[in-house]
Amino acid sequence: MAKMHVKLNVNGAEVEGLAEPRTLLIHFLREQLSLTGPHIGCETSHCGACTVDLNGKSVKSCTVFVAQANGAKVTTIEGIANADGTLHALQEAFREHHGLQCGFCTPGMITRAYRLLQENPDPSETEIRYGISGNLCRCTGYQNIVKAIRAAADELNASREAAQ
Amino acid sequence: MNAEVASVEERKQNLKGMGTARRRVEDARFVQGKGNYVDDIKLPGMLFGDFVRSPYAHARIKSVNKEAALAVPGVKAVLTADDLKPVNLAWMPTLAGDVQMVLADGKVLFQGQEVAFVIAEDRYAASDAAELVEVEYEELPVLVDPFKAMDPGAPVLREDLEGKTEGAHGPRRHHNHIFTWEVGDKDGTEKALAEADVLATELITYQRVHPCPLETAGCVASMDKVNGQLTLWGTFQAPHAVRTVASLISTIPEHKIRVISPDIGGGFGNKVGVYPGYICAVVASIVLGVPVKWIEDRIENLQSTAFARDYHMTGEISATRDGKITGLKCHVLADHGGFDACADPTKFPAGFFNICTGSYDIPVAHVSVDGVYTNKAPGGVAYRCSFRVTEASYFIERMVDVLARKLEMDPAELRMKNFIRKEQFPYTSALGWEYDSGDYHTAMEKALETVSYKALREEQKANREAFARGETRSLMGVGVGFFTEIVGAGPIKNCDILGLGMFDSCEIRVHPTGSAIARLGTISQGQGHATTFAQILASEIGIPADQITVEEGDTDTAPYGLGTYGSRSTPVAGAATAMAGRKIRAKAQMIAAYLLEVHDDDVEFEVDRFVVKGAPERFKTMAEVAFAAYNSVPPGMEPGLEAVSYYDPPNMTYPFGAYICVVDIDVDTGVTDIRRFYALDDCGTRINPMIIEGQVHGGLTEALAIAMGQEISYDEMGNVKGASLMDFFLPTAVETPVWETDFTVTPSPHHPIGAKGVGESPNVGGVSAFSNAVNDAFAHLGLTHTQMPHDHWRVWKTAERLGVTA
Repeated sequence: MAKMHVKLNVNGAEVEGLAEPRTLLIHFLREQLSLTGPHIGCETSHCGACTVDLNGKSVKSCTVFVAQANGAKVTTIEGIANADGTLHALQEAFREHHGLQCGFCTPGMITRAYRLLQENPDPSETEIRYGISGNLCRCTGYQNIVKAIRAAADELNASREAAQ
Repeated sequence: MNAEVASVEERKQNLKGMGTARRRVEDARFVQGKGNYVDDIKLPGMLFGDFVRSPYAHARIKSVNKEAALAVPGVKAVLTADDLKPVNLAWMPTLAGDVQMVLADGKVLFQGQEVAFVIAEDRYAASDAAELVEVEYEELPVLVDPFKAMDPGAPVLREDLEGKTEGAHGPRRHHNHIFTWEVGDKDGTEKALAEADVLATELITYQRVHPCPLETAGCVASMDKVNGQLTLWGTFQAPHAVRTVASLISTIPEHKIRVISPDIGGGFGNKVGVYPGYICAVVASIVLGVPVKWIEDRIENLQSTAFARDYHMTGEISATRDGKITGLKCHVLADHGGFDACADPTKFPAGFFNICTGSYDIPVAHVSVDGVYTNKAPGGVAYRCSFRVTEASYFIERMVDVLARKLEMDPAELRMKNFIRKEQFPYTSALGWEYDSGDYHTAMEKALETVSYKALREEQKANREAFARGETRSLMGVGVGFFTEIVGAGPIKNCDILGLGMFDSCEIRVHPTGSAIARLGTISQGQGHATTFAQILASEIGIPADQITVEEGDTDTAPYGLGTYGSRSTPVAGAATAMAGRKIRAKAQMIAAYLLEVHDDDVEFEVDRFVVKGAPERFKTMAEVAFAAYNSVPPGMEPGLEAVSYYDPPNMTYPFGAYICVVDIDVDTGVTDIRRFYALDDCGTRINPMIIEGQVHGGLTEALAIAMGQEISYDEMGNVKGASLMDFFLPTAVETPVWETDFTVTPSPHHPIGAKGVGESPNVGGVSAFSNAVNDAFAHLGLTHTQMPHDHWRVWKTAERLGVTA
């Protein structure tokens, strides 16, 4: 199949490549860019393991063509850490509160939570549960994930206030 | 702070040993997207394999035409059974003593069965080509209902077994019969049932479900033809067993095979078996001389890769008028699908189902299990449980509730009345198991008190009265569940898989500067072994857990072990870790005594050092001893500080727990709200409370999924209904309630550190607590038992049947 030229900004870097029009964003990220953080769990956009940030929205990259992401700004789990290389508050909180076990859903879950906390910096427990309901986890029962996201929200809000 | 003057307590804390809620060492890579799962592996020249699968549940294959597929650019080969026959791999042995087609040989036996394997340069080309393989089928009569499997006119499924009256587990009495397995005192049980004051009978069905780990199964096979070396990366819960099986069926010598389990995205029993994809990838790599990757998609996983349960259990339980259980009988019709690919120890074709007397002192019991073939996918794996223990636990916990209704007795009271008492341990059950330890009354009392059980029943009474008056459309249910697991397979005398005794292992090397590496025969799929096994070792040898690397999953480096499933890692490999640690400590003690110029018996181990008895100022730290092991050992002693233990446990371990679930059911919609779920677990000695709690949360959520919605069902044509995440229920954070956890500690008397294993308990105990709660909500209306899953529609149907819907 004829390939098309795509160009996008991934985790702050301009990248380009050739891809079939039907190439899914997740395959482009994982196989051409070797960004294997986002995972493939279902290929039907139910599980959320492939969640990335696309132009400021959480999307499931298994049901987006890379052609649709042409010219877009994409953030994956590999681009979530702070600019100075330290872990993002969410990454720290997931560790601290045992918010992961097998780790397979974790990149998608954190990437979703990263966007959620920008949409709603001070979510209630219920809002967190609804906010991550597009991301499935088979190991944790979500309780510690919710706890971790809430703790990260507190941490981010505190540091924002301190900066002001 | 100077380590030399630190107190015993401070030094203990520094170790982060057993009992510490130590943060997980695995997490740093996972939270940064730096895990290494099998689909992340990328090798030069690697090709992708994809399957052509059968659309029919039972059909003869008339022909396979590969031409159009081979014409697709990038396609390298298309394999069918005929291509596998010359290397004797068209069929493979299953773990249950049966054989299974790798690729359809003449016919297909279930929808989704592997028919051809297409290998191409990328996954898109492989998928395109798979659609172009032309397979001509001739449909055959389909057998879906296991109750009709042994009818005289039932279709012949397994033509390869025709005329074989002896199977791997004894006589076969019908062409679709696999085995009959019987345990217990048949006549004694019949007598007890016949003479009983009260007899309760029920058919309890545990529906076909699927473990559905978030990562599907897959592998990368790489055959180095120059050196004759095969490397196989894959989602293997038992990498060493895979190596041995691979050698036996491929004739590649075992020392030329290296099996590696990288990070695994959840297993739950789904990744124990050997699947056609592994064999096809290996053959393709041998034929084509380049690495071949095979990763199944979710629909393939749900359709074909190892279902669980599908047990139809007819029970009879008898009791005296005042509620003392006098006998238990169970017949199981087990639907194994087209091939018997259960993952059970060889001598146990129905796993440890004979743990079905549960937590109760039942004087006499009898169990018989008939396994049958149907036109469904093979499997029968232990989905987050020890072999068939979840089925057994669900059966007894439902039967006890059914009996309680008949006796008009409170289900908690009936349980308390029949529990095995603390002083009866070690307790030999009527069906032959020796329970190691337990204190069921204490656990149950704590649970009942914590949830204010009496008040709940009073509230329920008021709710029922209000419902009768028409003041509410909601019914309250209280589910009481108690479970005893049997895990940690197992003693070699009882348990082997394909002749491999189910021991496990740990090898430790202490480095000169006082850090260490431990390698085990198990493999974590999220359980956190790298964290917890280092904690066991820290407490045993006095090296801080942070200075101990735990490595698993590479058969070239790890000692032989049987892998991780059936909650066996802590009971078996955890024991091996402690035992290997004790060998290290024994040698270290001799070195320390030599350095301190005293007799071996005059020093004692204290947290992280050896101290001269009566002279606490004279000591050698483990770090000092480690260095000395490499330069100044006593005369005649070999240098170095290493040990290995292969641990054959003397018995299984028997974790237990008391679970209570409170639900509110809207009778007009069937929507069931989980108001409260309290789980008390006793897993013996607790290694890492944080990880235990996490395991319980996860296991309960899987129990919720099974009890309230999961089902792999088939229509009459054998079509799988709903094998995608659109239909197969995985709870989201919204449906999942907040879990309350609690514990008691009753150590295992035979385990070196007293630990019993916990990962599967919440799934085993959880399912019955949910189901009991739903059944309880309708009990006053005359309901004794309604089948799982309790999804909204079924719950509504139950309400409708009982005449209480609007």
